Amino acid sequence: MIYLDYQATTPLAPEAREAMLYWLGADGFANPHSPHRPGRAAAAAVAVARDQVAGILPPGGRVSFTSGATEAINLAIQGLRPKRIAVSAIEHAAVLDTARACGAVVDVLPVSPEGLVPPDAPIAPGTDLVAVMQVNNEIGTIQPIAELAARAHGVGALFLCDAVQGAGKIAAPQGADMVAISAHKIYGPKGIGALWRRDGVELAPLLHGGGQEGGLRSGTLSPALCAGFGAAAALCKDLWIKDGEHVEELWAIARAILTDWTINGSEDARWHGNLNIRRDGLDVARLMSDLRDIAFSAGSACASGSGRPSHVLTALGLCAKQAKNSIRLGFGRYTQGREFAEALKRINAAADAQ
Amino acid sequence: MPKSTIYLDHAATTPILPDVQAAIAEGMREWANPSSQHGSGRTARAQLESARERVKKALDWPGEVIFTGGATEALAIGYTRAQALRRAASSVEHSAVTRLAERDTVIAVDRLGRVDPSQLPSADLIAVQQVNNETGVIQPALGEAIRAKGAVWLADCAQGAGKLSLPDADMVAIAGHKIGAPPGIGALLVRNFGLIQPSGGQERGYRAGTENLPYILGLATALEADRSWLLQAAVLRSWFEDELRDMGGEVIGEGAERVATIGAYRLPGVNATTVLIRADMAGIAISAGSACSSGSLKPSPVILAMGRSEEEAREVFRVSIGRATSREDLAALLKVLRGLRR
Repeated sequence: MIYLDYQATTPLAPEAREAMLYWLGADGFANPHSPHRPGRAAAAAVAVARDQVAGILPPGGRVSFTSGATEAINLAIQGLRPKRIAVSAIEHAAVLDTARACGAVVDVLPVSPEGLVPPDAPIAPGTDLVAVMQVNNEIGTIQPIAELAARAHGVGALFLCDAVQGAGKIAAPQGADMVAISAHKIYGPKGIGALWRRDGVELAPLLHGGGQEGGLRSGTLSPALCAGFGAAAALCKDLWIKDGEHVEELWAIARAILTDWTINGSEDARWHGNLNIRRDGLDVARLMSDLRDIAFSAGSACASGSGRPSHVLTALGLCAKQAKNSIRLGFGRYTQGREFAEALKRINAAADAQ
Repeated sequence: MPKSTIYLDHAATTPILPDVQAAIAEGMREWANPSSQHGSGRTARAQLESARERVKKALDWPGEVIFTGGATEALAIGYTRAQALRRAASSVEHSAVTRLAERDTVIAVDRLGRVDPSQLPSADLIAVQQVNNETGVIQPALGEAIRAKGAVWLADCAQGAGKLSLPDADMVAIAGHKIGAPPGIGALLVRNFGLIQPSGGQERGYRAGTENLPYILGLATALEADRSWLLQAAVLRSWFEDELRDMGGEVIGEGAERVATIGAYRLPGVNATTVLIRADMAGIAISAGSACSSGSLKPSPVILAMGRSEEEAREVFRVSIGRATSREDLAALLKVLRGLRR
């Protein structure tokens, strides 16, 4: 099996796994909120992890752990209680659905055929929250966050950035007031994410109870998940350049092999570990069943199986048919060049044979 | 944790079972996203659904299982997304419920911390826990009385699941880390999905967010673990309480049915903080009230709800035992307590 679905989830880094095991063991199980000695040791591990995670986020804010990016985004949006919110048309469902469910007026910012929100996108007066993702999960396009955040601030709105796909890979988003990230997209474990808030941004809690995370997020923290997240973040920081160079090499391999495909979304303003491509008339279900030992996807994992055309691809102006002719290949740190090239050639051959 | 620590705070969290560790370590090899359509994703999905069935079987639960990030989240889903206009919660619920129920009807308890089934209010949703996390007091059977009111029963079973049979409730919240799985995983069990409003996303649209398969496998494994140690726990605790009474100590909730693993006690005239500090100095981990509220100097709302004075409440400490707790462990604590009596 070759795994080419790094946007759905990334392999767990051995270093992250190692960091978790102690806190799953007989000596490290204590409740980090207990004041006794073992509790304090667990709390110290959580504090270290928080600093490590903060290392891939902007300076000048606080990191609160959550059960994942979905919860972080829910906390950011629901916790702010906005009356009018602007979101890009290509946000993840976690942002789109939460914005629609929170009772606010929702303005949708359209994107260009390249999959980019124009940096001068009009934001209506009275908007109190703008949410635009850093890197799109389906097509990998990198949004002009600094410009959009400045525009949001211009109308007095706060800016939320879903940085799930960009964190640990490209520089932290600039100008955002809140940033949501997930551990399992940066080679960490599932079940943990974080919301970063600029100092001074106040939110109402989503989960009530024991008052953990400064009262913002109740619920016992898992020291193992925190430690795994922290180790994964620290590793991303250490390997920042190496990981980036590796992805560029893989991108070059892919571009040389996949010559008969059209790329969905901008090539340049893009995380090059994402290749969303299409071919007229391609039967994606058949391709997937022909290539059972290559793990790739036909869009986001969350929406897969729904049968609906991707809202991201249709936002680029693709018709439903073109959207359904598209596949997503995701690759990264543990993808090896040779087997990658082999898999891509087989994808070509299987598509040619249709 | 230093090997010398005597850990008597299992109600805060309890060690992760070796089988659970193994299941999680194995699960971490299967890191694919269970929502992905490719082979790896489908393998993860199959494991996820198999774990769900194992949880149902271990708990003898005929309804649905929604995996969450813990009991706090499960309770928040059950309490706030229930199809209910009028909500009521007992006065001894965990803060995960009481904080949600601040404007709702409060169901009083007697001096032993029990809800009276004949005194339930009219409501659509009634939240009463199975076992109190501070005193171990088990609530009486409430299923019939709640149904007679036409209400739905949400039971916080964080401290009871895996130790006692589940109550006859419509919704049940459980926490992995009270039964040998790590913190960060829990579940809301619902008789049927019609009881709560969907939110979209994973878990058939009832809980969005990528599922944490390794921890879910850990939870299923923890629930399947052997429960025979609870008999030993009951014997140990009974001995501990005899010794404590002999030195003038009091057992809170004595006379009520209590789970064998949690006890609340007071030494009249000795502040619980003093007990905790002396125990910590002796390398013994116990607590005053729940871990979540520790550090706050407020007396426990649970103990106050049982009709105790603030002064008495400040004297209450909790001792909670686990699989590996020995007579020597409890004897060491008794020694500390005797030192405080003099």
